[in-house]
Amino acid sequence: MSIELKNVVKHFGKTPAVDNVSFTVNEGELIALLGPSGSGKTTVLRLIAGLEGPASGGIFVRGEQVNDLPVQRRNIGFVFQSYALFKHMTVFANIAFGLKIKKWPSARIEARVNELAALLDLKGLLNRYPHQLSGGQRQRVAIGRALAPGPNVLLLDEPFAAVDAQIRQDLRQWLVRIHQDLKLTIIFVTHDQEEAMEVSDRIIIFSKGRVEQIGSPQEVYEKPVNEFVARFVGVMNVLELEVRQGAARHEELEFPSHGLADGQKMRIGFRPYAVQVSADEAAYRYRAVLRRTYFLGVMLRLEMELPSGLIIRSRISKEDYARHGLADGRPVSFQIKSYRVLSKEDEPFGGEVSVAHSTEACLGDGI
Amino acid sequence: MSALPNPILTVPNPPPRQGKRGRFHWLLVGVAVLFSTVFLVLPLVNVFVQALSAGLGPYWRALVDPDTLSAIRLTLMIAVITVPLNAVFGVAASWAIAKFEFRGRTFLLSLIDLPFSISPVVAGILFVLLFGANGLLGHWLEVHHIKIIFALPGMVFATIFVTFPYVARELIPIMRSQGREQEEAALTLGANGWETFWHVTLPSIKWGLFYGIVLCNARAMGEFGAVAVVSGHIAGLTDTLPLRVEKLYNEFDPVAPFAVATLLALLAVVTMVLKAALEWKTRHEQ
Repeated sequence: MSIELKNVVKHFGKTPAVDNVSFTVNEGELIALLGPSGSGKTTVLRLIAGLEGPASGGIFVRGEQVNDLPVQRRNIGFVFQSYALFKHMTVFANIAFGLKIKKWPSARIEARVNELAALLDLKGLLNRYPHQLSGGQRQRVAIGRALAPGPNVLLLDEPFAAVDAQIRQDLRQWLVRIHQDLKLTIIFVTHDQEEAMEVSDRIIIFSKGRVEQIGSPQEVYEKPVNEFVARFVGVMNVLELEVRQGAARHEELEFPSHGLADGQKMRIGFRPYAVQVSADEAAYRYRAVLRRTYFLGVMLRLEMELPSGLIIRSRISKEDYARHGLADGRPVSFQIKSYRVLSKEDEPFGGEVSVAHSTEACLGDGI
Repeated sequence: MSALPNPILTVPNPPPRQGKRGRFHWLLVGVAVLFSTVFLVLPLVNVFVQALSAGLGPYWRALVDPDTLSAIRLTLMIAVITVPLNAVFGVAASWAIAKFEFRGRTFLLSLIDLPFSISPVVAGILFVLLFGANGLLGHWLEVHHIKIIFALPGMVFATIFVTFPYVARELIPIMRSQGREQEEAALTLGANGWETFWHVTLPSIKWGLFYGIVLCNARAMGEFGAVAVVSGHIAGLTDTLPLRVEKLYNEFDPVAPFAVATLLALLAVVTMVLKAALEWKTRHEQ
């Protein structure tokens, strides 16, 4: 089911929670609404569901405006962050609730609940009460309850926030599978960019009630439209440069002036993967000391300190780390292969600048 | 009875402090036991002792006296009318207050508390000033032959006023702690407002509601001050149980006032037992 928001505004008191938001979700897409807490993403989800009404603007489903259509008739499945399971009902009764309301015959209800229980791995738990379930089980019940009446779109508010790391990983895979199997439009809210990157077809990034960028995970990672997105999605080294003697500088680091005159300023950013590191002090242009190594699984994050005290973050594979004989406290040298101009004196945002060769983008460098 | 009922059904007591119990601990327990024995248990037991002092025969005769039976009937009738009304009102008001933000919300909340802070006698007088012969609406009522003061309607009004807060006060904290999400979930699943209330809201507040009703009932049957003002004390007609007890006591009857009082005392004991049972039940459901 395609969903479109056009110039939607919603206030809570005087503060605008959703400020002139427009976007389109295509039929069958898996969309992440990503942003820090208080950025309006949950409110947008509730507006789509009909749990809130917009102050102005239009919400369209398959091209038809649904602003005044009550929640009950929007045919959406909503999974609350707290799951909001009916505490006094068994798992079976929870999942069956929407079907009972629709007055399905009980044989059909039982068949449907059993089908969902199989899909959600809830068999054998149907007679339990919510307080007898683990966090992951509760969430699957909440999803089953939302899916039971066969909604056109599934909305999930922070679906992975309240479960522990291992289960979270499983749930992500599982959500992708459900999306593929059921060919359902799914919109979920998250503040975790890694989660949004891994799971969704497209990401809509929110800040202060506004949409900052819409794009595929690769697009928002590689071509952030502004500094907020650049910083929020993945790790980025951000520097403010000042042009002196024809070059843009920050401490020891030096970049082309991009046509700016002496005394003018610009901001640039570069991803850790764009920083090449060697244990050979003469290999690259800048010298630093490796201060700290973070293990992120296959990849390692390095924090290097320049003589001025400036910290630069890089990323390296385990093999390269071992091959170079790197260790905390060792002197290293590094170079910056590419960077993006985030803003110049007056005009915001330029494009990507490759210093050495072309950059191979590394996705999933979130953390 | 006029103290604020605690939201006992939602907030489980914190676990008692473990460890060595010193002299101070036992002193506190001793004071509490002594105090409640002297002021609560002894008087209650004494009522039964006095009532049965002349044996079961006089006790029974006091209870089946026609005027006493009439008082029992009237008390029950007032409770049967006021308790459901206040239950419905209490659920509606607490739902509005706990789950919605609206202009005048805090005002409504203070209004619900008003009967707690007003002397019941004053409450009774308010109704006399409104409906009495010289009252605001007195003339109009007389012309239309409607009798409110010194009749059942006035006593019902006074009782509704006094027992107004009990159900709402019990439900507001429960409803507030539950939030709106379960109800919103029901809405997204296609339930309308009534279905949501019936299938989701009501089951989750049922024990709190039940306890609120029990308290409301105890107060409705036991109310003296407000009802005394509007009743007119017509024996066999407008005497409730508490009014009957007072009247018998003023007549220096050695057994009858205590015999009738045992009925009210039993009501108190039943209320207390129900409260304990509900607390136990909610604790085990959590």
